[in-house]
Amino acid sequence: MSHPQAATEFLKDQAKAKWHDETLWFVRDKRDRISKTIPEWEELRNLASQIKENVLSKLDVYLEEFERNAQKNGIQVHWAKDAEEHNQIVFSILQKQKCTAIVKSKSILTEECHLNPYLEKNGIEVVDTDLGERIVQFLNQPPSHIVLPAIHLKKGEIAELFHEKLHTEKGNEDPTYLTHAARLHLREKFLKAKVAITGVNFAVVETGEFVVCTNEGNADMGVHLADVHIACMGIEKIIPRRKDLGVFLRLLARSATGQPVTNYNSHFRSPSPGKEIHLILVDNGRTAQLAREKFRNSLKCIRCGACMNTCPIYRRSGGYSYGSTVPGPIGSILSPGLDMKKHSTLPFASTLCGSCSDVCPVKINIHEQLYEWRQEITKTHGELGKGLSMKLANGIFKSPLAYKISGNLMRTALKTLPKSLIYHPINSWGKGRNLPETPKESFKDWYLKNRK
Amino acid sequence: MNQPTPHIGLFIPCYVDQFYPRVGISTLELLEKFGCRVSYPLGQTCCGQPMANAGYERDTEGTARHFIELFKDFDYIVAPSGSCVLHVKEHFPKLPDLEKEHQDIHDKIFELTEFLTDILKVDNLKGKFPHKVGYHASCHGQRGLRLASSSEMNSTPFNKAKSLLENLEGLEWMTLSRTDECCGFGGTFSVTEEALSLRMGRDRLDDHENHEVEILTGGDMSCIMHLQGIASREGRKVKFMHLAEILNQAIQ
Amino acid sequence: MSSRESILNAIRGIEKEEKPLPELPLFGISEDVETGFRKSIEGNKGYIVSEQEFLNWLSEASFPKVYSASSSYASISTLSLPEDPHDLEDLNLAILEGQFGVAENGAIWLDDQQLPHRAIPFITEHLVIILKKENLIPTLHQAYDRIGLDYSGFGLFVAGPSKTADIEQSLVIGAHGAKSLRVVLC
Ligand code: SF4
Repeated sequence: MSHPQAATEFLKDQAKAKWHDETLWFVRDKRDRISKTIPEWEELRNLASQIKENVLSKLDVYLEEFERNAQKNGIQVHWAKDAEEHNQIVFSILQKQKCTAIVKSKSILTEECHLNPYLEKNGIEVVDTDLGERIVQFLNQPPSHIVLPAIHLKKGEIAELFHEKLHTEKGNEDPTYLTHAARLHLREKFLKAKVAITGVNFAVVETGEFVVCTNEGNADMGVHLADVHIACMGIEKIIPRRKDLGVFLRLLARSATGQPVTNYNSHFRSPSPGKEIHLILVDNGRTAQLAREKFRNSLKCIRCGACMNTCPIYRRSGGYSYGSTVPGPIGSILSPGLDMKKHSTLPFASTLCGSCSDVCPVKINIHEQLYEWRQEITKTHGELGKGLSMKLANGIFKSPLAYKISGNLMRTALKTLPKSLIYHPINSWGKGRNLPETPKESFKDWYLKNRK
Repeated sequence: MNQPTPHIGLFIPCYVDQFYPRVGISTLELLEKFGCRVSYPLGQTCCGQPMANAGYERDTEGTARHFIELFKDFDYIVAPSGSCVLHVKEHFPKLPDLEKEHQDIHDKIFELTEFLTDILKVDNLKGKFPHKVGYHASCHGQRGLRLASSSEMNSTPFNKAKSLLENLEGLEWMTLSRTDECCGFGGTFSVTEEALSLRMGRDRLDDHENHEVEILTGGDMSCIMHLQGIASREGRKVKFMHLAEILNQAIQ
Repeated sequence: MSSRESILNAIRGIEKEEKPLPELPLFGISEDVETGFRKSIEGNKGYIVSEQEFLNWLSEASFPKVYSASSSYASISTLSLPEDPHDLEDLNLAILEGQFGVAENGAIWLDDQQLPHRAIPFITEHLVIILKKENLIPTLHQAYDRIGLDYSGFGLFVAGPSKTADIEQSLVIGAHGAKSLRVVLC
C-alpha cells in the first residue's frame, strides 16, 4: 500500500486518529517544555551533531579502535554485512549455548533484520520484554513507533488481548492492572532465559563499552540473569569519548519523552565472571548510506523518536502507513536507501514543514533530505520513475494552479508528462475544498492599468 | 549625500497574480506608503517551486534563469510569500554561469514582513484594525526563513509578523494552542495526500475557531488558499486576509 | 574477504573530509544541587527520605527478605548473598550505596563495587540507595568528568523506579524492575 492509501485508511477512524495525534502531540509538548529548562539546549544539539559528524568522517578508524578496546574488556565482537549474516550470527551463538528460548529488549536493529521470524523459523522462542513490544508481538505486528511501540493501540484493545493471552479479567482496562499482569508473565521468562538480546544506544570507542537505556529495566533484567548477552548495534552507534555520553544522555530522553533521563542507563564494559557478552556490529546498508553524500548525515540518528512525535503527517497517519521498520521523517530518508522502489512514496509523505529538523537532537536536516530524495526518485527511470511522475503530474495539475499558470513551468511540464494526465478530469483538490474565486483581472492587468 | 531611493523589484507569485490580485496590490501600495520605489517586472512567471518540490528541480533551470535575469538589477526583491522566497533562495538548480547573480539574489530577496522589519526597520506602525486576528505561520516562512522563532527550539521568542501587527490599534492577537503547526497544504501534497491534507487543514481551522479568531491571516496565500478552500466548503465563519491586506488597510 | 574487512574497506573507500571533534564545556545548573536533585528524583517518581524516615518505613513494612550491600545497614539484611542471582527472585528490598547523584536528572551512579550482583537493583521489589549530600553534582558533564576512564565491568545510572507508559501513555510504576526507589540523602 502506498503512503496516501494507508493514511486514508488510518484517517477513517476519525476519533482514533484524533487521539493518536493528540497523544503524540502531548509527548512533543513535554519535550518542548523540558528542553526549554536547559539554557544550553541548542548548544547541546550543536555539540551532538558535531560529535556525530566527526564519527561519520572517520568511522573506519573508530570501529577498529572500538573493537580492540572491547576485546580487551572480554567482549566478543562479530561483524555482519547484512541482516542475514546478523541473524545467522545470533543463531549460531544460541546453538552453541543449546538455547531454545531467549528474551529480547528493544532493538530497532533486530526489527530491521527481521530477527524474530528468522529465529522462530529455527525453533527458538523469542520473547520481547519491553511492554509495548510484547503487546505488538502478541498481535504479530511490528512496532508502530520506535520509542512507543504500541502507541497505535487503545487500552481497550490491549485489555482484550491480555484477557486472551494472559487471562486477565475481561474488560479490565486499567493500565496499572494490565502492566502488572505483564510483569508477572515476563518475570517467568526472565528467570528462565539463558541468553538475552539487547540493542545498543551508544558504543564508546575509548573504553570499549556500550550503553543501553531503558525505563522499564527490562534490558537489565534479561542480561543480568542470563549467561550470555548478545548486543546488536548498527555501526553508526559509535561515539568517541566517554564524556560524549554526557551530551547524548542529556538529549536523548528529553527529546524522546520529555523526561530528564531514562531511569536505567547501563554501561556494559566486561561480562560478569563466568558469563559472555557478544557484540554484533551490523552494516546492512549503512556503508551505502554513508557513501551518499547528501544523505550521509541521516546516520547521526540516535533513534529518539522526536521527529515522529512532531511530524504532523506521522501523528495523523500512524507508524504503519510508512511500511518501513523506522517510520516517520527519519524513516523516510533512511528507507529509500534500502529499497527505493518499495519506499518511493515516503519522501513525498511530507509537506517539507521542517519541524523534524528543528526538533532533532543531532540536527539532521531531515526535511532537506526529503527534498533531495524526491529529486533522486523522479530521476530513476523505468517502471518506478514513470509511475511516480504520473502520480505527481496528477498532483501538480489537479491543483488550481494548473488552471491558470502558463509560461516556462507549464511548458517544461508539458514536455515531460503525458497529456492525458494533465487534462485528467478528476480533481482531488475539489473533493473537500473550494477553489478560489477567479477575480476579474490579474495583478498584472491591474498593474498595467494603474502604474504603467 | 542624496542617495537614490533603492529600487525594489516586486515579485508576485504566479497564483497570487492570478487568484489574489488584491494581495499584490496591497503589497505594492504598502511599500509605496513607506516611500519605496517599486517596479513590477512584467515578464515574471512561476518561480518553479511546485515542480522542484515534486522532485523535478532539474527541470526548473529555465524558470530560474529567467527569474535571475529579470530581477538581478534591482536593489531588493520583495514578495508577499515566504514559500516562494525560500524557493528562490535555496532551491534554484545550480546554474554555473549565474552563480554570482544567484548569490546576490539570495542576499537581496525578502519576504514582505521581514523586509518591513529588517530592512525598512518599521517598528511603530500607526493604524487601526479592531479585530481578533489569528496568525497562520507558513512553514517555509517560519522554519525556512526564520520569520518567527519555532516552537521546537530553545531561543528567545520572536515573530516578525506579530511585531508589526501588534502596533495596530484594536487588533487582538489570538494565541493558538499549536502556534506553528503545518496546515497541510504542501504544494502537490495537497492533492497526492488529499486525506491528510484535509485533516491537517481542518485541525488548523479548529484551533483558530477555538480561539475565537475572526480573521485568519498569514504571509503565504498558498496556505490560506487551502484553509479558505476548506472553510468555504464547510461553511465556517472565519475570514481570511493576507498580512499585506491587513497592514495596507489599517494604515490608510 | 571477511565481513569485517569488507565493511571497513567500504568505509575507507568513501571520500570524506575529517570533521573536528568538539571540546565539551562543563555546563552547570542554576539552582543548588540538593534542591535540583530532590526535584529530579521526585519527578522520576522516586522518594527522597531522611535516615529516620527510612527506618520508620522499614519497620512498618517488615519485609521478609532484605539484602543490604551497604555496610552501614548490614544488620538489616535477612539473608546472605546467594551465589546465583536467580535466588534473589523474591527479594523484597535491596539497600545499595550510590557513588554520586546528578542534580539535573536524579541519576545515581553505581558500579561493580556497589553491586555484588548486577541484577540486584532490577530484581528487587523495592530499592533503597544511600547517598551522601556531599556527593551531589550538577549535570551529567560533571558526572562523566568524575567517572573519568575508571574501569568497572558494569556501571549504572539509576534515576527512578522501573516504569512504563506503553499503554496509552499512562504512567505505571513497577514494570519489570523495582516498584519503588527511595534515596536516603545523608
Ligand atoms: S532523526 Fe533525529 S529526531 Fe528523528 S529519531 Fe533520529 S535523532 Fe531523533
